[in-house]
Amino acid sequence: MFAFIVRRITQAVFVMIVISLVGFSIKNKIGDPVRDMVGERVTPAEREVLRDDLGLNDPFLVQYARFLKNAVRGDLGLSFFHKKSALKVIISKAPATLELVFVAALILIFVSFPIGVFTAIYPNNWFSRFTMSFSTLGVSIPVFLTAIMLIFVFAVELNWLPSYGRGETVNLWGWDSGLVTADGLKHLILPGFSLASIMMPLFIRLIRSEMMEVLETEYIKFAWAKGLHRRRIWLLHAFKNTLLPVITVFGVQIGIMFAFTILTETVFQWQGMGFMFLEAVERSDTSLLVAYLVVVGAIFVFVNTVVDILYGFVNPTVRITGRK
Amino acid sequence: MKRKWEQFKKSYLLYSFKRDPVAILSFCVLVLLLLIGFAAPLISPTNPYDADSIDIMNSEIPPVWSEEGVEGFILGTDVQGRDLLSTMIYGLRLSIVIGLGAVMLQALIGISFGLLAGYLGGKIDALLMRLADIQLSFPYLMVAIFISAIFQIVFGIGRYADLAVPLLVVIIGLAEWPVYARTVRAAVIGEKNKEYVEAARVIGLSKRIIMVRHVLPNTLTSVMVISTIQVANAVMSEAALSFLGLGMPVTRPSLGSLIRSGFEYIFSGSWWITIFPGILLVIFVMVINLLGDWLRDVLNPKLYKG
Repeated sequence: MFAFIVRRITQAVFVMIVISLVGFSIKNKIGDPVRDMVGERVTPAEREVLRDDLGLNDPFLVQYARFLKNAVRGDLGLSFFHKKSALKVIISKAPATLELVFVAALILIFVSFPIGVFTAIYPNNWFSRFTMSFSTLGVSIPVFLTAIMLIFVFAVELNWLPSYGRGETVNLWGWDSGLVTADGLKHLILPGFSLASIMMPLFIRLIRSEMMEVLETEYIKFAWAKGLHRRRIWLLHAFKNTLLPVITVFGVQIGIMFAFTILTETVFQWQGMGFMFLEAVERSDTSLLVAYLVVVGAIFVFVNTVVDILYGFVNPTVRITGRK
Repeated sequence: MKRKWEQFKKSYLLYSFKRDPVAILSFCVLVLLLLIGFAAPLISPTNPYDADSIDIMNSEIPPVWSEEGVEGFILGTDVQGRDLLSTMIYGLRLSIVIGLGAVMLQALIGISFGLLAGYLGGKIDALLMRLADIQLSFPYLMVAIFISAIFQIVFGIGRYADLAVPLLVVIIGLAEWPVYARTVRAAVIGEKNKEYVEAARVIGLSKRIIMVRHVLPNTLTSVMVISTIQVANAVMSEAALSFLGLGMPVTRPSLGSLIRSGFEYIFSGSWWITIFPGILLVIFVMVINLLGDWLRDVLNPKLYKG
């Protein structure tokens, strides 16, 4: 187990080094820190002096080492547009994205679990058949189209829900939250549903097939024979054992949802990290772009590593197959 | 050639195809869409790239069946006054070209890496698969968005727009090759200890010939199954990138960039610019997905898990 953890952490460190190298080369080759600091109205001679002062004429490896040292201390450079530390900009945008993913995950759970369980229990019901054929269509609709349709129906035509922005937010201990005001919650409904809709077909199918498998097992047959109430069999005995595989997949899919926030946030003008990233691309704000790359990369690597290690505790085969 | 055809006529593939109405319907729709896409210059009513034929006064005309519709613009016009139907047909063509191109690139990289890793094993295997693992730990859409963002800054927005088609092929190709590499590697490992490979080795064929001529053909079933799904994915990725403004420019719109340009006008009631390209995109992706599902069920290769 110890060897497994060490190997997993070494790999994580290696990935982070690769990411930081990519990030640094982008910054070094494409971005221009001098322009980031003083703009365009400075003579070339003054620029050259500034370049020397900043150490931009040093060898690549020396500069890379400096970049790493600063990155570890949490300094990822200044954002050209925001005139602030890039990391601070990202952190200020994080609550919006995290709340969006959180709400989408909640919607996903509360919609797909009942439907998945229902379609497993009554596979021949008209509703189950409809859901199953609809799920292929659901996979083929891109998330931004779902979002646009929701806006068109609920915001433009019916005028029930707001179509952009976060609405009223409250600052709770430095965290701008839209979860505690009625207005903020209203603004979360459409983006949350759009984001959840990508995963819904997959989850309903997964829950359905897992549940159907469990319903065929011996212990469920025994429960029937014992004369337990059907609701008790379905919800207590069968459902409990479909949960483990579903939770495993859920962990992986949350990461994918995170990637899709870039699309959802664009449609809803949601002031989160994804929206900020696209703005940074449009403004050629290289420092912010690189900072986003490093931060998101670090989050993914951290989560993957922790999940793998936890999984190694639960399932010993993982730690053995990885061994050479 | 004739014998092959006879063989195909008796095959299980064709038999099950003829008995599955959903597969037949999706196949017909797919062929129709592909034909429309490739024959775009011949069948589209106007040429949306020809600036002379476009009149800005014609912008945002609703479809012909609504009250303000104008004869000649069946599905209405977009914000630049282009006939929407023609623009959609040309957009479909771009989506097809980019989708197929990207999948070919993915397959090329993925199959060569998978073959090398699976057949040679050892250090090469460890290196290539580590690389694939690392890339797979990030969602492919995110990888694609990152690569395109970097390209856009490197090339500048103007150059990027000019080179958009080849660049998108490269971006989507680079973002998704690990899927192929893993599938092919798993299939190769399943094949490489079989007797025919052993026999080929005994008669002294070179590694390269064994890999390409003997092992590769036997991994193609699983390649075929993932390829259909990968085309659907590539088309979706292209649409997503274009929607974000990181793909095709508005002057040569793909379906994704048409939806993007229409979205800005949906609040003023011009729904058709978004909805029609959207429906076309969904139908196109859905028939590929349906065919992919059918193919997977029929060929049922023990989808080797990596």
